[in-house]
Amino acid sequence: MKKFVKVIALVLCFALIAAFAACGGNKDNDSNKATNAANPTNAQTSGESFKLGLIGPLTGGAAIYGNAAKYGAQIAVDEINAKGGIQFDYKAEDDEHDPEKSVNAYNTLCDWGMQILVGPITTKPAVAVSAEAATDRVFCLTPSASSTDVINDKDNMFQVCFTDPNQGTASADYIAENFAGKSVAVIYKNDDAYSQGIRDTFVAEAGKKGVTIAYEASFTDATATDFSVQVTAAKAANAEIVFLPMYYEPASIILKQAKDIDYAPIFFGVDGMDGILGMEGFDKSLAEGVMLLTPFSADDPKAADFVAAYQAAYGEIPNQFAADGYDAVYIIYEALQAAGCTADMSAADICEKLVAVMPTLTVNGLTGEGMTWDASGAVSKAPMAVVIKEGAYVTP
Amino acid sequence: MNFLKKSKLSTSALRDYCSFPLVTVVFVLITILNNSGKLNKSMQGLLVPVCCYIVMAISLNLTVGIMGELSLGHAGFMSLGAFTGVVTSQSLIGSVPNDTLRLVIAIAVGALVAAFGGFLIGLPVLRLRGDYLAIVTLAFGEIIMDIVNCLIVGHDENGLHLIFNFTGEKTVADLNLAEGGTAIIKGAQGAVGTKTIASFAAGFILIMITLFVVLNFIRSRTGRAVLALRDNRIAAESMGVNVMKYKMIAFVLSTTLAGMAGALYGLNFNMISADKFNFNTSILVLVFVVLGGLGNMLGSIIAATILYILPEALRGLADYRMLMYAIVLIVVMLATNNPKVKNLFMKIIPKRKSKEGGAAQ
Repeated sequence: MKKFVKVIALVLCFALIAAFAACGGNKDNDSNKATNAANPTNAQTSGESFKLGLIGPLTGGAAIYGNAAKYGAQIAVDEINAKGGIQFDYKAEDDEHDPEKSVNAYNTLCDWGMQILVGPITTKPAVAVSAEAATDRVFCLTPSASSTDVINDKDNMFQVCFTDPNQGTASADYIAENFAGKSVAVIYKNDDAYSQGIRDTFVAEAGKKGVTIAYEASFTDATATDFSVQVTAAKAANAEIVFLPMYYEPASIILKQAKDIDYAPIFFGVDGMDGILGMEGFDKSLAEGVMLLTPFSADDPKAADFVAAYQAAYGEIPNQFAADGYDAVYIIYEALQAAGCTADMSAADICEKLVAVMPTLTVNGLTGEGMTWDASGAVSKAPMAVVIKEGAYVTP
Repeated sequence: MNFLKKSKLSTSALRDYCSFPLVTVVFVLITILNNSGKLNKSMQGLLVPVCCYIVMAISLNLTVGIMGELSLGHAGFMSLGAFTGVVTSQSLIGSVPNDTLRLVIAIAVGALVAAFGGFLIGLPVLRLRGDYLAIVTLAFGEIIMDIVNCLIVGHDENGLHLIFNFTGEKTVADLNLAEGGTAIIKGAQGAVGTKTIASFAAGFILIMITLFVVLNFIRSRTGRAVLALRDNRIAAESMGVNVMKYKMIAFVLSTTLAGMAGALYGLNFNMISADKFNFNTSILVLVFVVLGGLGNMLGSIIAATILYILPEALRGLADYRMLMYAIVLIVVMLATNNPKVKNLFMKIIPKRKSKEGGAAQ
């Protein structure tokens, strides 16, 4: 019996070694291919389909964003491939929302022969990867990394989402246009680059457009649980609109406390407010009449096909990141057509052509009508304002 | 008994001195492969981080394996080195145009700051023992991370500007940088736009320096005192060994090396943020050390290399990647600690019996 066990153990050992050897063998093949691909002179492209890579957090704390964008992009790729014409070979790699892993994922995709990158999805990895991609000349279109650091000093990096400062400008423009003459109160979180950035440009644009700011108050992470001072002061200042450039958790407390003192201005949020209706334990009636500037609403009729396809494939309602991923693929599709790229071109050639063609492009997508880009990489699109009625987004 | 001890010593000495030529051979091989274009891009990208993690593993092994104290905040010292290295390098771009020289200066400054940090933290921490020490180092690792999160640093022609953003009300604009100045660390957003000057050769040299320092330290008078403290604290104290002094020397040496690794790491990426150097990174390095064997520097090198490359090599498995990684970790743990498995190996390779006994310690 003992001998038998030993023999079995030995056999298993050999099996394991053999398995590892097999793995090693495969990897060798891969790396051979990869060196060809990395070398632009004999880039190994199939000549039929563009190799499209996506990098995002598919595991870990931020996985909800990465997976949504990955699925959204997958739906767009399937639709485009079904059409005929330009074909995509699509591969998503995980970066765990870690800049270091993101660079590794990027390198792996380059070995695979990636010609165009969608991503990275989150800001910090996007900053790290964009620097590499700028050196390697790989065209990048990030669906949702919104910081200006992502596109600064890099000509090959473009965004589908608004940059943080752009949201402030867009909000001020919208208020100036639709609520002329009303006074505004601003409550913002000053230890957060997102909130601070939006507030700064909002105030600057409001000054230009003649929007009166009656009251302004800030809070920090430590004081994000009680807003009675700010809300009472906003009421005392007779502000008819309260602008809330922040995520939905603090916003929900502000809504509650405003209701407690019978203060009912128009609350106006930005895309961080998206998600408030899905918040656990939130009384949806509080959000009645809240306006927000969000790029995407699943109730939008033009998104109906996408929402249906997404639900059929993944069993959930797509969020803004899914729509951003979907749009990113279509933007690349349009850009490739406009630039006349073919799938046998190298990544660097495609990059130069796309960089040249992006500022001339106008794309209608789920996250905005008439999206255009300037050479810096920032998108300009008509923001979509929605108002919450009976627990759902409605276009006003 | 005497004979056994002798053979044990010579085996470990042999193993330690083997690590120099081994590391060199691997370096030369990889450099040749790289220059002839045989190395793919993902492997090229892993070279410098692997070097950093190897140095981290060796330096942590000095604390855990040689000093015998469990430190769970080692990544904190790496972050000290990384951020000071980045600040040094970025502010010297104008005055020291030579990349190599700037890298050396940055690593030296990173090492100094991490050594100072290690000294400050060592003062209270090294008075503790066992679990308490582990818990306090864990806390200090987190504190370092939070402090770096509050830093806003910029550089212009007037020199370095630094704000400690304690209340969270300051922004980059408060630095009042002159025209042409750049913000180097933007608080919680991390250091962005670093000019990457780290190279594989620098990583290799750093590993060699670390090995040289640590292996010689272990065999020095001071090192023997540290070993004696680990093996029997009371006996060592009764022989007049100053506990605090020798532990402090070993700990500061360990944090200095971690700072050097951090500086190299920070200068290999365009952006780093403080949350990278959290508890998970400390544990990752600890896993390298434990799997490589406590006190076994060559083991640390091999474990760090394999375990860092493994998740990247397994990318082909997509969703099952981290699952496979976890299984490999568990299997290696079991295989190296299970006496049955060990006996099996010894029977298969009878000649190595005595050596295996030595390596197991």
